Amino acid sequence: MARTLINAPTTAKRGDVIEIRATIGHPMETGFRPGEDGKTLPRNIIQRFSCKYDGETVFSAELFSAVSANPYIAFHTVATDSGTLVLSWEGDNGFAQSESISLTVTA
Amino acid sequence: MTRIACLLSLLAFVLAGLAGAQTAPPKDSRRSGYDFMGASTQAMQKDDTLNPGMLWVKEGEVLWNQPAGASGKACASCHASAQSSMRGVAARYPAFDTTLGRPLALSQRINQCRQQHQQAAPLRAESQELLSLESFVALQSRGLPMAPPDDARLAPFRQRGEQLFTQRIGQLNLSCAQCHDGLAGGRLASSVIPQAHPTGYPVYRLEWQAMGSLQRRLRGCMSGVRAEPFAYGAQELVELELYLNARAKGMPLESPGVRP
Amino acid sequence: MTLPDGSPSLNRRHIVAGVAGMGLSVVLRPAAAQANELAAAVAAYTQGAPVRAGKVKLDVAELVDNGNVVPITVTAESPMTVADHVKTIAIFNEKNPQRDVARFTLGPRAGKASVTTRIRLATSQQLVAIAQMSDGSYWSHTVNVIVTLAACIEGDP
Repeated sequence: MARTLINAPTTAKRGDVIEIRATIGHPMETGFRPGEDGKTLPRNIIQRFSCKYDGETVFSAELFSAVSANPYIAFHTVATDSGTLVLSWEGDNGFAQSESISLTVTA
Repeated sequence: MTRIACLLSLLAFVLAGLAGAQTAPPKDSRRSGYDFMGASTQAMQKDDTLNPGMLWVKEGEVLWNQPAGASGKACASCHASAQSSMRGVAARYPAFDTTLGRPLALSQRINQCRQQHQQAAPLRAESQELLSLESFVALQSRGLPMAPPDDARLAPFRQRGEQLFTQRIGQLNLSCAQCHDGLAGGRLASSVIPQAHPTGYPVYRLEWQAMGSLQRRLRGCMSGVRAEPFAYGAQELVELELYLNARAKGMPLESPGVRP
Repeated sequence: MTLPDGSPSLNRRHIVAGVAGMGLSVVLRPAAAQANELAAAVAAYTQGAPVRAGKVKLDVAELVDNGNVVPITVTAESPMTVADHVKTIAIFNEKNPQRDVARFTLGPRAGKASVTTRIRLATSQQLVAIAQMSDGSYWSHTVNVIVTLAACIEGDP
């Protein structure tokens, strides 16, 4: 399980646009870099990120080797109803991880 | 500061005093590496939601509470809440270890604790676990002034550290002092030369895209002047750290820092 | 550039290889070839539709502290309603080994068309952000970023 840092408000008013900041620990090995033996190290990156808000994808990203290690993404979403936001990362070598956060939305 | 610079500033101070005017104490010209960074890197350090070092801090907190070794004890078993028990600790390390008769860096002290009190294997230098614990402990001193202990037993080691700092090394035949005392604020290629105060360690270095210790940074500098770097845990690296901390005495600790 | 898993001793070949490993290929490629690749990557994304400058802002420092971690923010002007919103934002580079940097899918539920991430830039080059609007139009902003290698290239950590 990779380490994650997720920052998002726990409460919001309906209609507010909230910002979510997500960092995940991952080397994002580019696939262009030589190792100690001179041979190119195989690519090992996170390729997809998504945020599902009560099951609907409200934001997603396709990442390439140019994204720095320990990828950081900050994005926005509209607070509609109280519920769960699921952040998911997927990548090379079967990497898959999800983290859930709760959002309480008041009128 | 070089001896000449010391004498000049002393002379300036004396002259100012003789002039009869009410003078303020000499300005502290020491600057943290933070001051030499671009705005976005500074923002990365200042905001915990942006600071990648917090990945290590967060893991450190988990490890602090996790039983380790044959003892089944966690750091928390003896030290309880790090926020109180570890406050000020990182700011005053390296500290003298009476049994070993020499100073120990914080990471070495952590490993000593693991072996002696947890019956756990020491953690490898620069391992994620050791850096995480060190970052978590260092965070508890964030904002506190660096406070190397006023321990006479440390003196010979600190003096050796100063000697190491001022001696020329490597194929490039450069000393730390030549750049970091003499040329700080100038540029090496396009990089600004900082004053080399270890105010933010362990540090998330953009060049590494990872967290690293002061020892890693010192070894990197030694490679840079084409000298064989001291091994991790070498006495010389602890002595250098002792000297650097004395040189940075009073400057606030920024751990976990972010640096280019 | 280095991972903390490896022997502590200096390996000269690794240092030399490490320079190449920064993403610069050892063989110099003509600038024209890379500019064509960038144009081709953009055209593939827009499927040949015209791209106009404007409506999108790519925020990045003009001179970065380190090319390994360059914070960027892309913001697009848009009411982000069902009728009028940003569908996707794509970022392309000019001189990395690969043109694509990242692609983001937004939509009306995003609320605000603003994305921030941190990227790698191998050398000084152009960086292009393109926003695809719900009406099918494409808007871009190009920035020239100056990137320099670190002064000292380290051996194994």
